[in-house]
Amino acid sequence: MTATHLVVAATLIAAPAVSLAQDGGLDPASILAPLGESWPTYSGDYSGRRYSELTQVTTDNVAHLTLAWTRELDTGMPSLEGSNAPTFIGGEGTGEFTIGSQRIKGSILQVGDLLYVTAPDHVWALDVRDGGERWHYFWKTRGGPHIGNRGAALWHDSLIFETVDNYLVSLDARTGDERWHTEIASFDEQYFSTMAPIVVGDHLLVGTGNDLDAPGFLQSFDPETGALQWKFYTVPMSADDPGIDTWPSLDAARHGGGQVWVPGSYDPETNYYIFGTGNPTPGYTGVARRGDNLFTCTLIAVDVDTGEMAWYFQTSPHDTHDWDSAQTPILIDGVIDGVPRKLVSTAARNGYFFTIDRVTGEHILTTRYGATSNWASHIRESGSPNPHPGKEAIVPGSLVSPVEGGVANWQPAAFNPDTGLFYTQENNGFNLLYLTDVDPRGSMGLGGKDRIAVGSGGNALSAIDYRTGETTWRHVWPPGGGGGAGVLTTAGGLVFTGDGSGNFVAFDAARGEPLWHTRIGNISNAPQTYLVDGRQYVLVAAGQQLFAFVMY
Amino acid sequence: MRRSLCQVTLTLLGLFLAGTTYEARQPQASSQDAAAGQDRSQRLYPSLQRPPGDPERIARGQAVYGISCRACHGADLRGGDLGGPNLLRSQVVLKDDQGDLVGPVIRDGQSSADGDGMPPQSLSEEDIGAVVEFIRDVLGTASRQGGPPPGDEVALDILVGDATAGQTYFAATCASCHSPTGDLQDIGARISEPQELQNTWVRGTAAGGGERPPVRVTVTEASGERVEGELERLNDFLVVLTEDDGRHRSFRRRGDTPLVELDDPMAVHRELLPLYSDTDIHNVTAYLVTLQ
Repeated sequence: MTATHLVVAATLIAAPAVSLAQDGGLDPASILAPLGESWPTYSGDYSGRRYSELTQVTTDNVAHLTLAWTRELDTGMPSLEGSNAPTFIGGEGTGEFTIGSQRIKGSILQVGDLLYVTAPDHVWALDVRDGGERWHYFWKTRGGPHIGNRGAALWHDSLIFETVDNYLVSLDARTGDERWHTEIASFDEQYFSTMAPIVVGDHLLVGTGNDLDAPGFLQSFDPETGALQWKFYTVPMSADDPGIDTWPSLDAARHGGGQVWVPGSYDPETNYYIFGTGNPTPGYTGVARRGDNLFTCTLIAVDVDTGEMAWYFQTSPHDTHDWDSAQTPILIDGVIDGVPRKLVSTAARNGYFFTIDRVTGEHILTTRYGATSNWASHIRESGSPNPHPGKEAIVPGSLVSPVEGGVANWQPAAFNPDTGLFYTQENNGFNLLYLTDVDPRGSMGLGGKDRIAVGSGGNALSAIDYRTGETTWRHVWPPGGGGGAGVLTTAGGLVFTGDGSGNFVAFDAARGEPLWHTRIGNISNAPQTYLVDGRQYVLVAAGQQLFAFVMY
Repeated sequence: MRRSLCQVTLTLLGLFLAGTTYEARQPQASSQDAAAGQDRSQRLYPSLQRPPGDPERIARGQAVYGISCRACHGADLRGGDLGGPNLLRSQVVLKDDQGDLVGPVIRDGQSSADGDGMPPQSLSEEDIGAVVEFIRDVLGTASRQGGPPPGDEVALDILVGDATAGQTYFAATCASCHSPTGDLQDIGARISEPQELQNTWVRGTAAGGGERPPVRVTVTEASGERVEGELERLNDFLVVLTEDDGRHRSFRRRGDTPLVELDDPMAVHRELLPLYSDTDIHNVTAYLVTLQ
């Protein structure tokens, strides 16, 4: 940076709206503000829109976006002793279980001078100005699938995250020193945890994952002490629970899955936390769980103070394809048929887009946004797509689109209120799906099938009108592109995402035209933006490496 | 270990009764061991990480299980004809430590939320411990992502299609590019496993011996210059190709400039994917199998 730039930068310093300063850290109430200068929670704010009000970077000047710094993090097994050891080491494991390196898949919190970055068992606090390490915490695990971590939560001066082996760990956000850890699910029952916890006032909302036919649940913990406040099961756990009539038996329901592994959104007006649930289990063999299998693959609103369900809408009745509907839903204050409405929209893994009234749960619309999704026979009167039995795994093979990863997945979509468009990746792969376990009892977990990838109908970045569910523009990636990058949109009229061919790309949000790109490798999380020293930054992870771009 | 004659007899009887399913099972063998290089500490979950139990005790447990548990819980522990639950996904079993949770259920029985319970079993403490050891051993053989232990290979026949109908479909849809006496001659013999044959032709690589044919690309610059070759890489911002003389060329792309035209023999197959019915697929496979 030249001297001239330094002078300019100094005059532009603005007081950050959210700071982890001398005053007790991040006040949870500040998360209620729309996404702007900082990034204090998973989606930036509670709406799930990933829409930033920052306007320094625009369609006119994005071509001048410049790399400010880059930082590679070693997300594999660290040395536990010596000068390279992490600042603090915790955990209930012996250190025998060796973790491999993993791509950074989470949201990175940005508050004040620090970025908080996670990977399975790792948390780093990095200097927001150059990515330099402030502290590094490592958790010695007991095992579990180290497939990803979606980020941490900040409550006052506590940084709280989930470990693969099902602990909630609270750290001093300033130093990285551990305050407490508490077990949130049974490791013996093969739960594993990846979700970014969500702070709402004095509640910490926590989800987990599981592949072995175990019930899903959302829990609320006291962020100060780690004490359990409530636990909401997503499947019936007793004979008089709602939804029991959608299962053949209580035993099937209690092993029915519906895991909560991606953060939801929060509506302060109703005090509802709105989230999606995962697939029913056994995943590919529905024979022993005939029925709709509530509340798996369902959008659910719970009251944050009580954990009571206010409404639900099932986006995939009786799923048999491992198509979780866990993706973060997006809250939209919109207009339908000339009437202002409080809405929630979601583009599900199964290839269908939904808009729902988020106060009442009333269904507004369902459309197919996955161009080749072929598994539903029709849309029910309720708005739920109806599964075609012939498109399950069958012995001679059925040709199913999308593939197991879905048209979209956990990678966050975005919504821009200026364009009224909902932006999502659209992946249209095909599998031949064979049933290999014909046992009338069904299989277990995700067993009992062979799935063979046989080609793609083409992938795209799609901009969907929330009012009609129709695709307004669609940028088709050249063959081989698309896939797993999240999306960011801004008041500067931009959409940022990855192209699946190694490029990080900025699009015109209204027209879908690519305006800027840089080849930094495939994007592994969703891009984010914030203001530091009066300058707008765009932060993104590609594998183990962070890239911070800035507009000087 | 001290044993009474009675127990030995019981064990032998149990082995006989249970033998139909379990005689071939090696208690300590597991597919996960092979994958993880025998190092159980690198397995994902406690039920898989535990060190192997005493083979003799496991065999005894298996025998007792065959007599006292199998009718309800199934020979493979995944639930039986008499309605007993699947033990391999049971919370009690998964959380059990040396019989502390399973033992009382065997001894005292258990009422179930569904109404049907489990009656107490009059087994000796040693037999209860052996049954627990046996269950733990089976748990240790579970597959990835919650899948059950591999079990015996079951041969499944995927050939359900009508070869004549497949031939008709082939003539109408495939014959403009492919021939049963040309590129697909003997395909049913060359790819003798029907499922592999089906995967390969639907993917579009049957005629090419599993290989994808190269994609040809023509790049026309604003000046009118045309460059042709084999496509190496393509995204919205770059196209890279190899000319027929081996020369590598790369071009920056900006919208439609330069003009990039692909000739991808696989494109037709991709375009067919949304059009096939499963019946079409099964029929064509049945037909291709006949090309011996």
